[in-house]
Amino acid sequence: MTFDTLYFDIGRLDRLSYRDTFVHHLDPRAKVIATMLFLFTVISFPKYEVVALVPFFLFPVLLMTIGEIPVWFIIKKMIIVSPFAIFIGIFNPILDTRTAAVIFGVSLSAGWISFLSILMKFALTISVALLLIATTSFSGVCHALRRLGFPALFVSQLLFLYRYLFVLMEEAMRIIRARDMRSFGTRGTGMKVFMRLIGTLFIRTVNRAERIYCAMLSRGFQGDIPSLKKVHIAFIDLAFMATTIAFLVVFRFFRVTEEIGRLAQGLFR
Amino acid sequence: MHMADALLSPAVGTTLWAGTVAVGGYASKKLKAQIDDRMIPLMGVLGAFIFAAQMINFTIPGTGSSGHLGGGMILAILLGPHAAFLVMASVLTVQALFFADGGLLALGCNIWNLGFYPCFLVYPLIYKPLTGGSKNPGRILAASIASAVVALQFGAFSVVMETLLSGKSELPLGAFVLLMQPIHLAISIIEGFVTAGIINYVRGARPEILDSIAASRPLGAGISLKKVMMTFAVLAVITGGALSWCASTHPDGLEWSVEKIYGRGELPEQEHGIAPVLKDLQEKTAFLPDYSFKPEGNNPKKAETAPAWPGIEAGTSVSGIVGAVIVLGMIVLIGVGIRSFRGRDA
Repeated sequence: MTFDTLYFDIGRLDRLSYRDTFVHHLDPRAKVIATMLFLFTVISFPKYEVVALVPFFLFPVLLMTIGEIPVWFIIKKMIIVSPFAIFIGIFNPILDTRTAAVIFGVSLSAGWISFLSILMKFALTISVALLLIATTSFSGVCHALRRLGFPALFVSQLLFLYRYLFVLMEEAMRIIRARDMRSFGTRGTGMKVFMRLIGTLFIRTVNRAERIYCAMLSRGFQGDIPSLKKVHIAFIDLAFMATTIAFLVVFRFFRVTEEIGRLAQGLFR
Repeated sequence: MHMADALLSPAVGTTLWAGTVAVGGYASKKLKAQIDDRMIPLMGVLGAFIFAAQMINFTIPGTGSSGHLGGGMILAILLGPHAAFLVMASVLTVQALFFADGGLLALGCNIWNLGFYPCFLVYPLIYKPLTGGSKNPGRILAASIASAVVALQFGAFSVVMETLLSGKSELPLGAFVLLMQPIHLAISIIEGFVTAGIINYVRGARPEILDSIAASRPLGAGISLKKVMMTFAVLAVITGGALSWCASTHPDGLEWSVEKIYGRGELPEQEHGIAPVLKDLQEKTAFLPDYSFKPEGNNPKKAETAPAWPGIEAGTSVSGIVGAVIVLGMIVLIGVGIRSFRGRDA
């Protein structure tokens, strides 16, 4: 991934969070809690579970469609980060070759099943995490964390980081452009130049932090970044939470997918 | 290397989250008590700096490939362990949320692997004694390389342990270690060089910056609380690891804990209220009660394959696959339906 796409991708994810849909209007706290519960439920499935994971795709699909988030954007981001899970998971079919099932004459080894399970868990967890940001702005998530009891220092950390991420990335972009103009092939991109560039960037960053601090002091900063938006947990948020929890419990503890399959088999017998 | 949600079991994930939250809470309490507000914007902006610095690649001498800065060690050296841990935690949080690097449950592991070791283990035990407060560039270089190597080896080994304890991967310990450690050794030596280079450059160009940061950082006070918290966090990690190992050799971690509570694998049946009604309904609608074909004639062996196979018996798998296809179809239909409905609206 090149630098520019990385930069614009963050911006795009951020812009998606300003849309005006039902999902975007839900209380950030409700969404953070629901997301964590969802991730936990998905991860709690045993190693060889594939079938029972399928219904869980409903959650990201609903968030995506009701929240009007472009599907390909999320899928593309998922593919970019997939190598680690695939790299570790691909050893399962190689090492675990016990035959687990024979489907239409093709024997399926246990390793492929656990690999498939890893891939499905990967898709579920990554898409839901991305959708949390795409449907709740980053600052929304931060203020939700603050109200859920995270330390103020850490939350202001996150807010500052996010605020200056774009500023510093643009600065880095200018640095890279300047270096590319002056270097030829790999000459000039070595470690020595790199260390000086980063050193300069660091000094500029510290100077900037000093100016920010002065500006904050003159505006009455007292160690916590308050949110002006007043939020109340509304009935709709509680309903959302209750539905999510019911959904998770039903599909975690009852083998709904198999029941449906059996029903269908019964119909066509 | 970031740990991923998909390779994680709940026990391991929760334990490392608990450890990370404990250390984070401790670090932030510590900072709040001892620093001035000046550090708050500085830490935030330095988090963004790590991102920006990671964007800039350099050519690794002799190989032609390119590398970038990792960040944990340089933060610990510049800011001190407490602030560095929080900055690293915030950097990894943003990475998890925006780039989906790892995931939200694995975030605890990642902060632990990339934040805890450089800040609380390597910085006080290796970097500080090796430099001994000296400003000699040679010593800083040696200390940085040693620190980066140890920190990354610990981090890589933790990824291995977390994956193995979660029991989702089949990789044996030896092979996994051989895959992970040498790569990270090479990476960390370069990281050490770059870290030392940057610190020496900043020290040469603007020495007062480093001194002023050092002056506003807390010095080691309140050792007792620190020790207690550390012991607690480390213990949590170890117990969780052992627990999850037990859980993963059982058919299903959750079922196993239910078994512990109730003395048998299934939840006790309720005889009043809606549960028996539902059960009745389920029995009526279920064509093949209890999930699997009876092993009648055609393939009797399947039903008694190793008990490590909950739920992959012939009957379960066929109805499972049929069900999965139907459910997937329904989800796609719902998705496309809502989308086209919305599309007409707009």
